[in-house]
Amino acid sequence: MHASWIVRAREAGARLVVFPELSLTGYYLKDLAADVACAADDPQLAPIAEASRDIDISAGFVERSADAKLHIAQGYWSKGKLVHVHRKVYLPTYGIFDDGRYFGPGDRFETFKSVGGSTGVAICEDLWHVSTPYLYAAAGAMVVLAPSASPGRGVAEGGDLGTAESCRLMDRFYAQYLTLYVVYVNRVGHEDGIAFWGGSEIVAPDGTVVARAPEFDEHLLVGDIDPDLVARERARNPLLRDEREDIVLRNVAGRLGLPLERRD
Amino acid sequence: MTEVLSRTGVIRPDPKDPSALRIDEVLVRKMLVLFIRDETLKARLKRAVVGVSGGVDSAVSVALASEALGPENVLGLFTPYRHSSEESRRHAWALSKQFGFRLEEVPITAQVDAYFRAAPVDESDPRIRIRMGNKMARERKSIEYDRSWPDGIVIGTSNKTELLLGYGTQFGDMASGINPVGDLYKTQLRELALHLGVPEVIVRKAPTAELWEGQTDEGELGFTYADADLVLYHMVDRRLRPSELIAAGFDASLVNRIREMVRKNHYKRVMPLIAKVSLRTVGHDFLYPRDWEAD
Repeated sequence: MHASWIVRAREAGARLVVFPELSLTGYYLKDLAADVACAADDPQLAPIAEASRDIDISAGFVERSADAKLHIAQGYWSKGKLVHVHRKVYLPTYGIFDDGRYFGPGDRFETFKSVGGSTGVAICEDLWHVSTPYLYAAAGAMVVLAPSASPGRGVAEGGDLGTAESCRLMDRFYAQYLTLYVVYVNRVGHEDGIAFWGGSEIVAPDGTVVARAPEFDEHLLVGDIDPDLVARERARNPLLRDEREDIVLRNVAGRLGLPLERRD
Repeated sequence: MTEVLSRTGVIRPDPKDPSALRIDEVLVRKMLVLFIRDETLKARLKRAVVGVSGGVDSAVSVALASEALGPENVLGLFTPYRHSSEESRRHAWALSKQFGFRLEEVPITAQVDAYFRAAPVDESDPRIRIRMGNKMARERKSIEYDRSWPDGIVIGTSNKTELLLGYGTQFGDMASGINPVGDLYKTQLRELALHLGVPEVIVRKAPTAELWEGQTDEGELGFTYADADLVLYHMVDRRLRPSELIAAGFDASLVNRIREMVRKNHYKRVMPLIAKVSLRTVGHDFLYPRDWEAD
C-alpha cells in the first residue's frame, strides 16, 4: 500500500511523503506487536529505503531495538538510506489506549535535517505533551512531523468530532506560537470498531492551514513548506529568539532537586 | 436560546436538561456507515443480516447496513411469534420498501411452542414469560446466524441503554458480529433514525420486544428511556457518582436502581470467563486484535 502512495506523491511533485503512526503494521496490535517488530535496518524495510531514492519517506513501524525492546517508531528515509528514527516517548495507557503494555518508551527528542529543514518527530501522544514541540523548537526545528493514529470520539451536536477539534487546536497553537510548521498525519479506517478519523493537515507558522485532508477518507494531501515564511514569522514575532531556556532549565532542575549554579 | 447556551456552555447534570444527549447526526451516520463497511470487508464478508422487528433500533441498523454495503447485500429477517403484532409486520415491510433491502418472514412460533410443549408451562407465570422471551430472542438470533452463512455478518441492534442496563437476552438479541448502534443511547438513536428517514410512526411508537402481549419496555422497566438515558449519560460518559447525581436533583431511587442494573448485568457485556491454568490463555494473555489480519 505504501508503494502506490509513494508513487502518487512523487507524481504530485512532492519531495517528502509522510505516513501515519505505525503505518506499516496497523495501530492496535496487542500481542502482534512482537510478531511484526523488526530492527530499523531490517531487510523488510529495504523497499522503503529503496523508494526513498526519488522522494524522502517517513513511515511508522514497530522497532525491535538491539537489546530486544519494542518501540513505536517513525523512520525517515532519504536518498536510499535511513536518516533518523524517532521512538515514541509518551505511551498512552488509559481509556482506549494500551501502548505502555506492549511497547517501551523512547527517551529523547532529537532533531534531524529533512527536506523541510531542521525537523522533529512527535508521534501522536508525544504531540499532546507541550514540552515535545517546545523542545524541538528550542533545538531549532522549523518543522514538526506528527504522525498519528488518533481514534475519533465525541459526537456532540453543534461541533466537529471532539478529537478533531482538539487536534486542530493543538496543531495551530504549536505552529503559530513556536513559529514552525506542524505536519499532522492521521490514520484512516477502522480497527476493532475504533475509527481513525484522518483529517491530516499542514499548519504554517503564521497559523494558517496550508492544506487539510477530508475526515475519514484516505487522501494524498499535498502542501508546501516555505522556509522563508518561517524566517519572516520569526522576524515579525521573535518569541523563540527571546525564549529563556536557561530559566526553564533552572526551574525544572530546581524542582527535581538538581539545582544549577547561576552564572550571571 | 437557553437550549443553545446549555449545549455550548458547561455541561451540568440536570434532570431537566436533556440537551447533553444531542448528537451530530451527519457525523455519526458517516462514522457508522464506514464502520459497517470497514469491519465487514476486513472480515472478508460482503453481506449483512439484520433482524428487523419493525422497531426503531433495528430500523437504524438495517438502514445503515443498506447504505454501507448496498441494499442488495442486506437481508432483513422478520421473525414473528404468534403474538407479534400486525403493526410490526407492516413497519418491517415499510422499511424494506424504503431502504431497498430484501425482507423475509421466518415465523418462530412452531419451534418455540414445540420446545415448551415438551415440558408444559403456564404462560401467565411471569418467570415463564421471561424464559419464553429469552427462548424467542435466541431462536431469532440462531436464524440470523444461519442465514448469514457463508459470506454474511450479523448486524447487532442493541443500543447503549439496553447494553448498559442489561435489558436484553445474552446470546439472544444482544448477540451480533458487529453492532453499529451499541454506543448510542435510545434517545440518540431516535434522533439518528429521523435523520436517516425512518418513518416517524416507527420512531415515536412505544418500544416493545413483544415477548408477551401488551409488553412495553418502559412499562417493564418502570422508567422512561428519556430519564434513564440522562442518568446513564452523566454516570457513564461523564463519570459522575450516584451521590453527585442525586445531589444535582436526579431521583434517588431511579439513580440507584439504574446503577444496580448496570452492575448486576455486566456479565452480559463481556465474554465468558475462562479459568486460567496454563501459561497463555485465551482472553487473559493471548491478546490479539479481532481484526487480526494476514501478514
